[in-house]
Amino acid sequence: MELNDEERAMQRGDRGAAVKEAIDFQLEVGRFFGARRFVPISNAHMMGDIEVMGDAGLSRLRQMAEAGTRCAVDITTNARCIDFAHATALQQVEDEVEKERRIITHLRQMNVITADTCINYQTLYQPHLGEHVAWGDTGTVIYANSVFGARTNFEGGPSALASAITGRTPEYGFHLDDVRRGNFTVELDVDPSDLADWGAIGRLVGEPHQSYYAVPVFSGPGGTPLRRTPTSDELKHLGASLASYGSHAMFHMVGVTPEAPTVQAALGGNAPADRMRITRADIDRVYAGYDVKDGRCNLVVFSAPQLSLFELKRLSELLDGRTVAQGSKLFVTTSNAMKRTATELGYIDRIEAAGGIVLEGVCFYILQDLTPMKQRMGWSSLVTNSAKLVNTITAHRFNTILRRTEDCIETALTGVVR
Amino acid sequence: MSAVPRQPLVVITVDRAAGPVVEGEAVVSTEGFSPRYDLDRWTGVISKPGHRLEGTSIRDKILFFPTAKGGIAAGWAFHDIKGKGIAPRAFVFGVTNPVMVQGAIFAGIAITEGWTPDALSEIRTGDLVRVDPGRRVVELLERASDR
Repeated sequence: MELNDEERAMQRGDRGAAVKEAIDFQLEVGRFFGARRFVPISNAHMMGDIEVMGDAGLSRLRQMAEAGTRCAVDITTNARCIDFAHATALQQVEDEVEKERRIITHLRQMNVITADTCINYQTLYQPHLGEHVAWGDTGTVIYANSVFGARTNFEGGPSALASAITGRTPEYGFHLDDVRRGNFTVELDVDPSDLADWGAIGRLVGEPHQSYYAVPVFSGPGGTPLRRTPTSDELKHLGASLASYGSHAMFHMVGVTPEAPTVQAALGGNAPADRMRITRADIDRVYAGYDVKDGRCNLVVFSAPQLSLFELKRLSELLDGRTVAQGSKLFVTTSNAMKRTATELGYIDRIEAAGGIVLEGVCFYILQDLTPMKQRMGWSSLVTNSAKLVNTITAHRFNTILRRTEDCIETALTGVVR
Repeated sequence: MSAVPRQPLVVITVDRAAGPVVEGEAVVSTEGFSPRYDLDRWTGVISKPGHRLEGTSIRDKILFFPTAKGGIAAGWAFHDIKGKGIAPRAFVFGVTNPVMVQGAIFAGIAITEGWTPDALSEIRTGDLVRVDPGRRVVELLERASDR
């Protein structure tokens, strides 16, 4: 890779051992992908919690913090695995809770902003067209690339942290023009009317095109713009689902995303490798494909990604004056900031009065000790309006069922899934 | 087990590679992989219900996957499973994503992407294989049936 004077100084160790270690790691990743050079970044977003890092990651982080490592670029943290206010009620193991506190301490020592949210793109930072950033998780990446026209690859925790330490990232993948061009088309001959519909579309498109380099171009019938422009939350659920099922990092949507004024412009000269058309019947088949077993379900989750203020408002309206079924649990996860605002507005009170549990700063599928929690609580089927959650939680052996938001509420109130 | 022959039976060229030279037993999957969606990261066993490798341990294996699923988790998770002593020796992907690469490099686990000829038709579970990232090759050393 071509290095400038500053990067050579970093590599020599002139900027300290921690910076050298970070850039050496980035160079190895860059060489793997044939990157020609680094690009400066203006913002980073990292995953860092005990559930995914384990003792080895905590130990590495402690060494870095003790060595005086400091991030040079603003970097925020993704959702974590423990909401300290609920850890005891959820019987999360005390040792792990303590380790999570230590992770937060070490990250702050290194100048990391522990905001603990996977909806940073809605609440914290909105990069502009062409801006290079280094983000993870995948939902944040696909939103940044697609909706803002910013440029980032999937950056795992250590990689996003290294980017913030050196202030740059290797130029490969979605930092490059040709990788960002669409390479197959999807005509939406349907008016999606629920967040779960958008997630179902993400599954229909992502699952058969599983590749980081697959970039779908969405339009209405015949390449026209969609009949109704989607909201930020709808694009959030579409993107999170595409990233999960397809490992996609970017999509275009004609008339909506900034690099897609037309289908042809979004394709940028690529001949589409596939042309999909999605109808209401296709989406209905997704819902029909889940096995509801004996129809009983005592777990409903709204999470993945964390809920926006608007989603919290809607849930509070749907739950107003009603009660979650005896023996059932209804979980909602959101960011710290959204929970505070929603509390002031009375939304959280309404959800909690109905029996809902609102967790902040976490995401459900990464909760520490989830498998033992599942066994203890007698959970088997999980109903959610998040297509991403349906896919990401499977290692814990849940029977996951995607349903529209109002149907999820119905299950929470009755304990029955249809 | 018989002695390993010097000449590989099949040589597969990979497009990109990083990490140490390793040998081990192949586990070949026709389904993609994510350490978060598919793996019990406390036992090293593929735990997703219905995954084509459900019940298989990845410890010390050379894993062949056509694609990567998801996911940001691999960035830390590969380092974590290495620390727990349940990591594979190498990942051989048809198409991967950057986090698998970042995670494998961070953990010191060999990783490759792209293959000619198609590794899924050349290598079978149980075969003894060598991954040499420096030479960008994956070599079949011994068939499972001959071991």
